[in-house]
Amino acid sequence: MKLKIVFKLRYLWMFFRHRGRLAALAIAAVVIAVGVPLWWKTTETYRAWLPVAQINELAQLQLQLSVEVEVVFSKGTLTAEHQKKIPPSNTRQEEHVVDETTRLRYRYETRYRTATIMEEDALNQSTAAEADISLHMLSESPSGSVVIYVVPESSTVLPEGVSVYVGQRRTALLRAGGQMRVAVALKEVLASLETWIKQVLQVMSFSHGDITAALSDRVRPGDRSREGLADSMRAFKSSPGYEITFSLLNPDPTSHLLHWDVEAAISSYIQPLLSKMAPVANFSIDSQILYYAVLGVNPRYDPTLNAYTLNADSLSHVINPVEARLGSSAASSNPVLNFLLYVPDSRHSPLHITDHRRHTVPSNAFSSPRWGGIMVYNVNASGTELPVDVHIDMRRVMGVFLPQLRLMLGVQSAAPPPGFLIGPCGNAGLADWELDRLMWTRSVENVATATTTITSLAQLLDQIGNIVINDNIAEQVSSAVASLQLAVGQLEVGNLGLAMQYSKEAILQSERAFFDPSLLHLLYFPDDQKFAIYIPLFLPMCVPILLSLLKMASEVRQRPGQGQAKKD
Amino acid sequence: MAKAGQFFSSGHTNNWAVLVCTSRFWFNYRHVANTLSVYRSVKRLGIPDSHIVLMLADDMACNHRNPKPATVFSHKNMELNVYGDDVEVDYRGYEVTVENFLRVLTGRLPPSTPRSKRLLSDDRSNILIYLTGHGGNGFLKFQDSEEISNVELADAFEQMWTKRRYNELLFIIDTCQGASMYERFYSPNIMALASSQVGEDSLSHQPDLAIGVHLMDRYTFYLLEFLEDIHPSSTTNMKDLFKVCPKSQCVSTPGHRTDLFLRDPGSVLITDFFGSVRKVEITTDTINLTAPMVHLEDTRPVRELRTEIQTYMDQLPVAEIIHQKPKQKDWHPPDGFILGLWTLILLVFFKTYGIKHLKHIF
Repeated sequence: MKLKIVFKLRYLWMFFRHRGRLAALAIAAVVIAVGVPLWWKTTETYRAWLPVAQINELAQLQLQLSVEVEVVFSKGTLTAEHQKKIPPSNTRQEEHVVDETTRLRYRYETRYRTATIMEEDALNQSTAAEADISLHMLSESPSGSVVIYVVPESSTVLPEGVSVYVGQRRTALLRAGGQMRVAVALKEVLASLETWIKQVLQVMSFSHGDITAALSDRVRPGDRSREGLADSMRAFKSSPGYEITFSLLNPDPTSHLLHWDVEAAISSYIQPLLSKMAPVANFSIDSQILYYAVLGVNPRYDPTLNAYTLNADSLSHVINPVEARLGSSAASSNPVLNFLLYVPDSRHSPLHITDHRRHTVPSNAFSSPRWGGIMVYNVNASGTELPVDVHIDMRRVMGVFLPQLRLMLGVQSAAPPPGFLIGPCGNAGLADWELDRLMWTRSVENVATATTTITSLAQLLDQIGNIVINDNIAEQVSSAVASLQLAVGQLEVGNLGLAMQYSKEAILQSERAFFDPSLLHLLYFPDDQKFAIYIPLFLPMCVPILLSLLKMASEVRQRPGQGQAKKD
Repeated sequence: MAKAGQFFSSGHTNNWAVLVCTSRFWFNYRHVANTLSVYRSVKRLGIPDSHIVLMLADDMACNHRNPKPATVFSHKNMELNVYGDDVEVDYRGYEVTVENFLRVLTGRLPPSTPRSKRLLSDDRSNILIYLTGHGGNGFLKFQDSEEISNVELADAFEQMWTKRRYNELLFIIDTCQGASMYERFYSPNIMALASSQVGEDSLSHQPDLAIGVHLMDRYTFYLLEFLEDIHPSSTTNMKDLFKVCPKSQCVSTPGHRTDLFLRDPGSVLITDFFGSVRKVEITTDTINLTAPMVHLEDTRPVRELRTEIQTYMDQLPVAEIIHQKPKQKDWHPPDGFILGLWTLILLVFFKTYGIKHLKHIF
């Protein structure tokens, strides 16, 4: 009887101890299974899913640029047998490795054919310019392609000493070399043509130097030539829009009453250029007149010229005092180009700009890279009654501003290779092949900039774990990646217009994603502060649980020893 | 045409300046005077207002304790009023926060921000950043309520570098233990100067008995004396700037850091950062335009004159103001709730451990 009670008591005691152990285990289980995930979930930052795999793919940029070239042989350039044996097409590829992450491949797909009767008629004109115009009326070549007409050596369409004439649109006239006459194999004929065609393509399409300059966002600049550096600093970087302001500065309204018909001048001379460049960027133009605006630098009187002169060295100090007065009505963050027309006051008239060698500059104008241009317009204020009415010759003025504008926007007019003659640019002030050139470099630049933006954004978000990535950012990144892939695809195929459009979209979306205001990373919490916050909350709760678990573990270890003792 | 001569040796085409005073209240007069004096020098040397982002609490000139209202003096005997009438403060008052400062640097501003409040620099901009205020080892205090750490600043500069928002950066800081702020920089092309080392305090220069506060800090005072000799075409280089304010004058030891900078400091001109010397090129190409100008016809329709009488909207809707809805107050649990909760806890306690403990309470 007593034994039964003892057994029952022992059983009860073990039951309660068992229950205590179960309770401790259950609490620990709830804390670990429910509490820790709940705390983790509620304190994590919301990060929408980003296409990281695709972004890493884009980090390795493999660009292929395809150019379609059409070579048309006119009568007299090929013998009859050669004409029968011409291969219809030929593809040439050039591979360049810029650095570990960037590779370029240029693909020139050349098609050969003979000229049609109408083209022959067009080529029989007296001057190259007229031939060019008649050829344009026959066919329209798509953006990015080049058509080369080979004329016989005896042809008079090209002037003496000129081997290549580059026209207004996308055509070039190439004079066949002397090797054509002698009976040589077709292969050699084509090979000798190749060297000329390569040069033509470098002028009309793009050269390796242009493309590497456009990739400057991805590639560290390194040691580039001085000219390359100057060119890259002069033009604005690719931007979806530009603001152009024309200002007339009149420091002496009492002597000069200036009339300038800037609206008509802009619509006649500047607007055609900008409309033609619409695929590249949007432009907004405005104009203003500033009175009592002085240059800020005192010109010196030069008795030999009987005029006042501004030397090139002092020109750099002219811009800053003026810029403060220019103001800006731009509501966007687009780059601003300023074109100033300064009419000197009567006491400092006439005013000439001299270069370093003290020669006067015929255009009387200068420009500042990535800012704009200034032209000094001298008037003869010879009149008895002041103020003198002056009507400014806008044609002369725009004739100076237009090439400055072309330079600022990146239309390079590098010196052509020997034997080349570049035709006049036509009414719009921009030849089609110049636009193509700009579009090639701009689309490559846009693709390069967009890829660096996206990859650096992904890297940043990876590095700093506290940034909240909202859904709209993830969306923008995904659409930027999609546009980039489309742009690269179109460049591969050679559709320059579509490639430009997709690259612009890619840039807009990637910039919007990178500069989204919500991505400002949370304030930095040093580790000791994080501990100071969590310890008072978690330690009082964890200590009893841990201690009971430890006690249980030590009992479990002791029990086999006890059991053994009991059995004995 | 492209005569790339010595014009393009420094690689930058425009200059920007971000000048920040991180203190407010009357006794921090000297920080505002510091920043405004640097602002004046930078403007004098050519950087236009559109390229300067000035962040000040701007509570000095019109402070009730200012014996000369609308002025901020930088030298005793009230020689130079640096406030003047053409100060363009971009961020004033409570807008000077760590968040806004970082937003300006990284460019992550909301789309409605005007141009004058943005740092629109590109990859060819040289930027001067000047910070002054109260600082400590690794942090800088903003407006007495928050702080920015050197890690955040270094990260912000790295974000600027990845987005190519600067060509070269000059960072000047005039606070106590200023050298700790540039310890963590890791982006290339940054040169940094500080007024004191870690563990040292930057001291102020001279009090003015009429105004009643210290007018300038020592480092900035001697920095400005140095800048007075610089004009837009001077050729002084950075090595002279490092020598400004030796220990004998400054009491603290100014420090500098140039290991991240690619060019040799001896070849860097002061005007590369403090001034804005533009590169120019003579225009040699002209186009002969032959097409005649097309005069636009005035296609705008002639607006008819309004003949009806103008009426004005009710400017002061008094009726709405008087009968406005009561302000929403925050919800608090009813007062009895807390009391009831404590009663419950006590009852549970005594139920568990026995009623006999109750007598210790009552």
